[in-house]
Amino acid sequence: MPVLIVDGKELPGKAGTNVLEALLSAGVDMPYFCWHPAMGSVGACRQCALLQYANDEDSHGKIVMSCMTPVTDGARFSVSADRASGFRRAVIENLMLNHPHDCPVCEEGGECHLQDMTVMVGHRDRRYQGRKTTFKNQYLGPFIGHEMNRCITCYRCVRFYQDYAGGNDLNAFGSRDRIFFGRAESGVLENEFAGNLVEVCPTGVFTDKTLAKNYTRKWDLQSSPTICQGCSIGCNTYTSERYGQLCRVHNRYHQDINGYFLCDRGRFGAQHVNSPARIPQPGIRNEEGKYDPLSLDDAKAKVRDFIQHSSRTIGIGSPRASLEANQALRQLVGAGNYSNGMSRNEQVMHQIILDVLASGMKTPTLAEVAEFDAILVLGEDATNHAPLLALSIRQAVRNRSKEMAGDTDIAEWHDAAVRELAQDALSPLVIATPMPDRLDDVASQSLRLAPEEIVALSTEVSMYLSAGSESTASQASSVAQGLAELLRDARRPLIVSGTSLGDINIMRATVNLSLALQAVNPEAGILLAADECNSVGMAMLDNRLSVEELVDRTPETMIVLENDLESRLGAEFAKKMSAVRHLVVLDYLDNATVSVANILLPAASFAEAEGTFINFEGRAQRNLAVFLPQGSIAPSYYLLSTLNDDCLNDSFNDSLNNSTESVSSSHQARVQTIIESIRDEFSPLKRIDECAPDADFLVLGSKIPRMTHRASGRTAMQAEVSVHEPKQPVDTESALAFTMEGNQQQAPASLRSYVWSPGWNSNQSIYKFQTEVGGADTMGNPGVRLLQGDAMPAPFTIAPTTAAQISTGPRFVAQHHIFGSDPVSSQAQELSTRIPTPYVRMNTETATTLGVSGGDGLACQLPHKRIELSVILDDDVAAHCLVYPKLVQTIGLADVAPGDLQRIAGWQGPKDPLKPNLILTDRTG
Amino acid sequence: MSQTHSPTNTIVTDKFVTLLSDAEVSQIEAEILLLPDRRSAAIDALKIVQEHRGWVSDESLVAVATLLNMSSEELDGIATFYNLIYRKPVGEKVVLFCDSVSCWLMGGDDVCKRVQATLGVAYGETTADGKYTLLPVTCLGDCDHAPAMMVGDELHHDLTPESVEEILK
Repeated sequence: MPVLIVDGKELPGKAGTNVLEALLSAGVDMPYFCWHPAMGSVGACRQCALLQYANDEDSHGKIVMSCMTPVTDGARFSVSADRASGFRRAVIENLMLNHPHDCPVCEEGGECHLQDMTVMVGHRDRRYQGRKTTFKNQYLGPFIGHEMNRCITCYRCVRFYQDYAGGNDLNAFGSRDRIFFGRAESGVLENEFAGNLVEVCPTGVFTDKTLAKNYTRKWDLQSSPTICQGCSIGCNTYTSERYGQLCRVHNRYHQDINGYFLCDRGRFGAQHVNSPARIPQPGIRNEEGKYDPLSLDDAKAKVRDFIQHSSRTIGIGSPRASLEANQALRQLVGAGNYSNGMSRNEQVMHQIILDVLASGMKTPTLAEVAEFDAILVLGEDATNHAPLLALSIRQAVRNRSKEMAGDTDIAEWHDAAVRELAQDALSPLVIATPMPDRLDDVASQSLRLAPEEIVALSTEVSMYLSAGSESTASQASSVAQGLAELLRDARRPLIVSGTSLGDINIMRATVNLSLALQAVNPEAGILLAADECNSVGMAMLDNRLSVEELVDRTPETMIVLENDLESRLGAEFAKKMSAVRHLVVLDYLDNATVSVANILLPAASFAEAEGTFINFEGRAQRNLAVFLPQGSIAPSYYLLSTLNDDCLNDSFNDSLNNSTESVSSSHQARVQTIIESIRDEFSPLKRIDECAPDADFLVLGSKIPRMTHRASGRTAMQAEVSVHEPKQPVDTESALAFTMEGNQQQAPASLRSYVWSPGWNSNQSIYKFQTEVGGADTMGNPGVRLLQGDAMPAPFTIAPTTAAQISTGPRFVAQHHIFGSDPVSSQAQELSTRIPTPYVRMNTETATTLGVSGGDGLACQLPHKRIELSVILDDDVAAHCLVYPKLVQTIGLADVAPGDLQRIAGWQGPKDPLKPNLILTDRTG
Repeated sequence: MSQTHSPTNTIVTDKFVTLLSDAEVSQIEAEILLLPDRRSAAIDALKIVQEHRGWVSDESLVAVATLLNMSSEELDGIATFYNLIYRKPVGEKVVLFCDSVSCWLMGGDDVCKRVQATLGVAYGETTADGKYTLLPVTCLGDCDHAPAMMVGDELHHDLTPESVEEILK
């Protein structure tokens, strides 16, 4: 290992990295701006300057940029020399010439990297007396605010947006002190990862509008480590609150999953916690179909009564609820009366994922996806269905440029040089989907195929691989042959699929192809994206009875946990629900199932409840409550397990009379009891209590604080109600406390509720918690991967699709949409404005068959609603496919025969259904 | 049954492209033939449009971007970086007055004041009759005959307050 000598001391370095990384990894406080651990170096800002000495005799040295200097053994540097620190101070002074010093009104203030660096270099006095450059700001959409005057031109925003995330509507304009970062004209930033600009920008040019709405400084936020509920990836997040309002979601670094970035569904979708559609209190449906409020105790007494007097009570769990809530429901109704809340189709698909994860097939983590040098995507719309997967695939295609850099001795971190060298050279990425894919721009080949054609192609490739090229060469199509050879000859090929098309055969064919490929290329990997944040967890918990099967057993009482069965199974199925005598629903947001419940129980959202979630790679992760829910809202596991106690308890009525204490103080670490019951009952889940320490965990004798040590006004928050300071609520359920006292710095990663380090108030302080830059957490990576195995599964038998079976008539294909297809995040106020209006996309030939043209409107009448769709002509859609977005409005469309669609006369549809018309006004507009 | 989508280097026809004249399009296509990919022709294409129209409007920019398979943001980043690509209307002739050090040493400031007085405009402005736009430029490579300026395509040097009045008459 190379050793650097910095200010006379030896520092370990790592070959192939740069001096800035070595300094930061060693914990040195080295200021920087443009370098980013995930994006490498460009040397734009000149902030990380230090002196390099030519040899032992050299006492003068020369100024070099540490981010642009490779680590070489024995190289001598000085960070503290006056010339080096003076240079860095001069750079900041220059960068600050035009900075408006508007920190008191800036959303970034208090967690600003520019503030930190300015303080660190000791720039105090302003000498420049000239006029500052000022800019007009742009409207960038509902998520991101723009304040260009604060810019220090580090170029991180465009490097992230264009180079890392593949966006093309943000750029740098102009030159010298007129450089402007923005769009060609005001408008919504289109990239699905635009929200990361808020964290990537070292100052307050790009700010989080959802935070601005309930603005609180970082030091006053109460936060906790949470797991994103947006999809099956399981990104780690920090969720923050003040005054009972969710303020914002920030990235929580996880080496194996999300790294430094989140998608916009995850970041802005969490605002559903503040939605007016939240269910605030228990209710009982009256004869008019409206809800009369009920006390929690009365509501629970009614439910207990239903259960005790019903011939059969069933429980429908949910893949978007925690393992604990599902287990509590399962215990309440009994295993034979419980379903994990997935349809039969979903259960089969997730069983395939489970079997693959538990086998000896190579199942990479999300971070490892970026290391594969040839990727085949079969029917998975990664950007819309598992967004961070798409971001990883985007990095994987750069492996070709890294190889080219290796051949020319250019270091990988030399970002601008590597990109200049590679130009458009990319590693192969083949995408087979029915509709245009957001990754098409980096794909070497995009195949537009209907779902059964994807299965056929995949089968053809596997057969070619297994049979050896000679015998089947004549039978396989050239496309299949090309694919087979590409995968066979790659150093590390990866096959990606998932549940996004809801097609079991695509997943089976993917497994078969991976098995065939792994036989000829042992480095081959397989990745199957799951559907919801806890789908894999549900398959592991109890995958026996589907919702359909259970509901067919004519229950008298049915308890539905956080699951909208109408959007899952359609309106026809929903009718069966209404036939159940007593329908009890626990949920936090209004939906179709909620609206037909007899008794409604107000569940806590993810920000108000602890819970364990298992992501697509079988990693169990603990989500911790950020704040206590208001009023009678309580975590589902609490509501269900207390119901269970009540049902078991003969002296129920006595306990009712004593239940005057508040919900919060009567939890007796219930969640831990449930976790232990899961651990003891299910052997694959026996390690779930390892994903975070329990409620008894202490650091230096105290619990871990959710607030910073600088939190202000905590005891005065209720002063307008009473000047008597209330006692801080007590958290009996987790190792975190609703206080500012305690030692946050020494918390394990699974309990760290924010990142902060002395002198580093911004999120850049994460490097203080990493073993090395971009490395593992110093306290160990949180979460635990539960599934590993050695055995290879047997290939699936898929009925061969003959030409006759490939339907030649038009058929519907539902497409996920990052904004709109997830029923929970769709209720976030800002995110809801980005949901597309219902459309149907098809190629010209299919349109001719249907007798429609672009811009027409089509409608169909369902029993209780009418669906209207704008026709979009797109020749990049597979033949016969009618692609429509999976939205609340289009539920039930799958059951409609395309021939039943009626043209709407005089249809005036939206100009571009994919880009909803936003009202382009805000304070900067 | 399958359609192969090739994301780069295809010619896109779009309503915006029709905004460009046939002459402009053929000149731009001629430049593209000399280069490895369409995007490389960005600066030349902007110069061609400017030659025909005097400046590059937002609409022309979108048209060129579409023709070159670039986003308008990407092309505008290039257009606004170069101060000789005009993104606002200019007069019939652009007066580029050198404000760098050799010309300044040789009395360029006084000459420039006279230019401004003669035209009645400051830097960045266009005369009321639309004839001239005055812009500063950093060195015309004519330091041995400083002060220097360009009026349209013509270079004028060894300038004096008197000579500029004559030139701009």
